[in-house]
Amino acid sequence: MPRPNERNDRNDRNDGPRRPMNAPMPSSRRRRSSKLSAEKIDYIDYKDVKLLQSFLTENGKILPARLSGVSALQQRKIAEAIKRARTIALLPYVQA
Amino acid sequence: MRTYEIVFITAPNTTEDDLTKLNSQLDKVVTDLGGTITKTDNWGRKKLAYKIGKYEEGVYVVLYIEGSGKEIAEVERRLRVNDLVIRHMTVRTDEDIKRAAKLKAKRRVSVKAASATGADSEADDDDDDGGDEFDS
Repeated sequence: MPRPNERNDRNDRNDGPRRPMNAPMPSSRRRRSSKLSAEKIDYIDYKDVKLLQSFLTENGKILPARLSGVSALQQRKIAEAIKRARTIALLPYVQA
Repeated sequence: MRTYEIVFITAPNTTEDDLTKLNSQLDKVVTDLGGTITKTDNWGRKKLAYKIGKYEEGVYVVLYIEGSGKEIAEVERRLRVNDLVIRHMTVRTDEDIKRAAKLKAKRRVSVKAASATGADSEADDDDDDGGDEFDS
């Protein structure tokens, strides 16, 4: 039986390395920069496979915002677009 | 008026004839119900990211539709019934496009304001992540 004050560390999903091995080490100085603000993208199109792929891990998972540095709103839009792209088989659900 | 995008994928062995027939059929449905197909994009045969049924490839077609929403239901029904179509998806786009336009307008205003107060904000952008930059 779980104690009421027990911290639920199990929410920290630990499914493999957190960072793709080829990704750059996150700098100690937090600096938010992303392709989206750099290229001034307002509408994240689910048909833009190249863009969406830059927000996937090599397994085809959606990259968490803390690694990609996008805002919460952008992350939601990206996630939605990726899911749409998956529906029409432009992106994989899992990369073999 | 709402705008929609309908993507559908047909089997790789679909002929030009089948496609034009299907497209004209859908065009008729949409116009009859008071909408318009503003654009039709044919991406041709593409490899699927995963197998759908027994198919590894499919012919992608994107329809851009303007209308009330009534025609979408009928188009979707037709796509479901058609055996050539292996996957379809409808996305309503007017709200997202409007929001994007708003963001763009907002940015333009703030850029204008920034350039009006002085263009010295670009100067202190410290570039310490170099390595790929060669200053001569």
